[in-house]
Amino acid sequence: MSLDSQNSGALHTKLIEQVLSRYPDKTAKRRKKHLSVATRGQELAGETQALSECDVKSNIKSIPGVMTIRGCAYAGSKGVVWGPVKDMVHLSHGPVGCGHYSWSQRRNYYVGTTSIDSFVTMQFTSDFQEKDIVFGGDKKLEKIIDELEDLFPLSKGITIQSECPIGLIGDDIEAVSRKKTKEYEKTIVPVRCEGFRGVSQSLGHHIANDAIRDWVFEKKELKFEAGPYDVNVIGDYNIGGDAWASRILLEEMGLRVVGNWSGDATLAEIERAPKAKLNLIHCYRSMNYICRHMEEKYGVPWMEYNFFGPSQIESSMRNIAKHFGPDIEEKTEYVIAKYRPLVDAVIDKYWSRLEGRTVMLYVGGLRPRHVVSAYEDLGMAIVGTGYEFGHNDDYQRTGHYVQEGTLIYDDVTGYELEKFIEGIRPDLVGSGIKEKYPVQKMGIPFRQMHSWDYSGPYHGYDGFAIFARDMDLAINNPVWDLYDAPWKKKSAQPAAIAAE
Amino acid sequence: MPQSAEKVLDHAPLFREAEYRQMLAAKKLNFECPHPDEIVTDQREFTKTWEYRDKNLAREALVVNPAKACQPLGAVFAAAGFERTMSFVHGSQGCVAYYRSHLSRHFKEPSSAVSSSMTEDAAVFGGMKNMIDGLANTYKLYDPKMIAVSTTCMAEVIGDDLHSFIENARQEGSVPQDFEVPYAHTPAFVGSHVDGYDAMVKGVLENFWKGKQRTVLANTVNIIPGFDGFCVGNNRELKRLLNLMGVSYTLIQDASDQFDTPSDGEFRMYDGGTKIEDVQAALNAEATLSLQHYNTRKTLEYCQEVGQETASFHYPLGVEATDELLMRVSEISGKEIPEAITRERGRLVDAMADSQSWLHGKKYAIYGDPDFVHAMARFVMETGGEPTHCLATNGTNAWEAEMKKLLATSSFGKDAQVWAGKDLWAMRSLLFTEPVDLLIGNSYGKYLERDTGTPLIRLMFPIFDRHHHHRFPLIGYQGGLRVLTTILDKIFDKLDRETMDPGVTDYSFDLTR
Repeated sequence: MSLDSQNSGALHTKLIEQVLSRYPDKTAKRRKKHLSVATRGQELAGETQALSECDVKSNIKSIPGVMTIRGCAYAGSKGVVWGPVKDMVHLSHGPVGCGHYSWSQRRNYYVGTTSIDSFVTMQFTSDFQEKDIVFGGDKKLEKIIDELEDLFPLSKGITIQSECPIGLIGDDIEAVSRKKTKEYEKTIVPVRCEGFRGVSQSLGHHIANDAIRDWVFEKKELKFEAGPYDVNVIGDYNIGGDAWASRILLEEMGLRVVGNWSGDATLAEIERAPKAKLNLIHCYRSMNYICRHMEEKYGVPWMEYNFFGPSQIESSMRNIAKHFGPDIEEKTEYVIAKYRPLVDAVIDKYWSRLEGRTVMLYVGGLRPRHVVSAYEDLGMAIVGTGYEFGHNDDYQRTGHYVQEGTLIYDDVTGYELEKFIEGIRPDLVGSGIKEKYPVQKMGIPFRQMHSWDYSGPYHGYDGFAIFARDMDLAINNPVWDLYDAPWKKKSAQPAAIAAE
Repeated sequence: MPQSAEKVLDHAPLFREAEYRQMLAAKKLNFECPHPDEIVTDQREFTKTWEYRDKNLAREALVVNPAKACQPLGAVFAAAGFERTMSFVHGSQGCVAYYRSHLSRHFKEPSSAVSSSMTEDAAVFGGMKNMIDGLANTYKLYDPKMIAVSTTCMAEVIGDDLHSFIENARQEGSVPQDFEVPYAHTPAFVGSHVDGYDAMVKGVLENFWKGKQRTVLANTVNIIPGFDGFCVGNNRELKRLLNLMGVSYTLIQDASDQFDTPSDGEFRMYDGGTKIEDVQAALNAEATLSLQHYNTRKTLEYCQEVGQETASFHYPLGVEATDELLMRVSEISGKEIPEAITRERGRLVDAMADSQSWLHGKKYAIYGDPDFVHAMARFVMETGGEPTHCLATNGTNAWEAEMKKLLATSSFGKDAQVWAGKDLWAMRSLLFTEPVDLLIGNSYGKYLERDTGTPLIRLMFPIFDRHHHHRFPLIGYQGGLRVLTTILDKIFDKLDRETMDPGVTDYSFDLTR
């Protein structure tokens, strides 16, 4: 490895020591396991060697009072997996808040007539009152389903997204669902994604996946002719249109995208998925569970792919094509060649403006690793990355993307992230809405990497052009040079100061 | 291939390109199993009818697009109005991520709060250990002067007792013995964010006032603004007016600096807010005024208990509402309303007179928090407008009665209807069946604007899709000018749009209006 990354490795180790010294001893001991510096990858015979090893503990409980950035199981189910399914009504079952704060916030694009045959940007809630807590909410839930049927008859189904109280007061939403499914001959899915379950959004993904298995698959006679090139895209939520910018490529390769889970999805796309020939997983973290199930039960193989940035898009397309043989491989080469001039033009335009710029990421799902090469395609370097709710297998996969010396932080706390940013002073930070404004106050360019900062798509070739433009406009905006009042004496300290 | 490096198209133009339109049409046809277009159109038309409205308004259980949030959001906002105060929300951690995101999206500012991160084991055994560890970590990491504890519904359902937990944490040394930890139980299944605000402010006052001797300082006044997405502009405007009058006052819960920190290279986790010594001293004030009655019912009761005189207003927006506030402040403080303010009043009235022909007879639908709706309806009537629909999802029966009383004071309110407890899906039916000229609300109203074509004016929290409006005041005479101008801009923009069809409406496209 270059001296550079070893040097930054030393700085990163020091920064870890510094942040840990601030915690009470007990907390420092626990947090220590979540922070590390990527070490040199091990030589493994017969396997692609990882660039580095990212050895941290993950997927364990957040520590109280430290300002974790994580969400909850409800967020993982309603917000991520189920919410984008467009022709179903997703009921936030419990008090009003959860549905309110997650209302229309993930930018899961869809085509449809909202409130008539599509419902993604609506907030349906049972708005629990004290009497519902005391006497239980099952009767109310029945009535809600009746009213939904009356007022939104074109919905293809209903999911019941449990909020914390449901599991605590012992409601039997499964019984209500069974009863009403029979009555209306409509798919009704109870989801036990109460926010206190698990340690983050992650268990909510898993529970939501299991609900598809238990309450959607094999519930109807399907009239559907499967084809030889049928694939499902799994774990693309169509944020800012990501799934569309991916689908256009897969179709050009000669594949038929039978289902897109779950951005812009319909219930039919979920029901038919087991008939496909291959499952393509983008967000492994949130939807690997159902892919493993489909493999086991229906023999549908799955593979991961990455449609961020041209180098990963190309290698992913070739891997996918290999699965289908020469015809598709040939078409794929044609697609790669077709988009090559666009890729070259984009890199030509932005390389000199972005080359050598450093980036710190802190996101969820697949992004802490998947976007790394998109930045590298533009000449930028990742100096730190971490997952909100990753598991061990995510960190293993991260080693294939990041260089030795990269700072790795799992379930980072507000304090740690700010101190790391202050110490490293990267040229760009990519994280979420809660992190955006503190970072910008410190004078460091920022892009929201959950919502694409209201831009996107970032997937596919069309998305890469937007991604490159957005990183450029974030870093090279003149506002960052206006931070110092000219009459103030310049301090010796660097401009970025974290809160104490 | 529509994309190019020279002219990068993002989502809005990109997906309108032929390649994508064809792709999406084929997706729909082949894979989505949609309803036939005719059925969708029929249903859409049906939702515009009186028949649908009757079903819609008869709902008893289902809530769709409610214009209210839950209690702890109000508590977190309230805590942000006190000096170096960290919000600590006891319960599930996802909730706190939601409050922080929600506030940041509106203010475009950092929003700091911590959670006690309770999980399944805490659901069984209670969250005491989470409180003890959590307070210790927050105290050590974030160096607050005060930690304000509220609750998520999880902690409320299992019945965690904040008072004893906090005392236990003190005993365990999580925070120093004399460290300030006010608290409020804020169950999400009771009331809304305005009640959470009330509970937290009351919790803070109790924390400092309980058992203390009160020595009345004549002519001093406390003012509590209430939950207000426009606190940045409003609180500063209020302080300007009070300073002009020379009033001796304490603004209790002032988040105007916390949600408006400068960009100069330093992230200030805490900025501004009511100083702790000022909260302590505020016990001695002669009176406490609330700018938003429905945000402070319990707090004002408590102020009365300690012997203070109290009065409450409904968001002093417009001429007469501002008059009332200033006169009451003048009465308590013994300070005259200065000529400068009288002239400001005159200027607002002058502006209203200049524009009255454009406003007279306009019909409005107004929704939002109860005090805001009251204020807006009142101002609309002052301009000669008619508040046809007044809706507050978190409005109570008492609010409904008070609204009706207000509407009865003016002939412009005679056809107005008050909708307490109804949601924005109900509002959709109202707008289709009894249309209005303008809709006043928050960003969520954009879906109503799209469906019904009613122009939306964003004057209420949260505003996610327009920037910086909250930095300008709505209250007082200056705020009135801003509201007036905003309404007029909407009217003139619409009129221009409707008369700019070249070769068709070259008339009516007047240069001077």
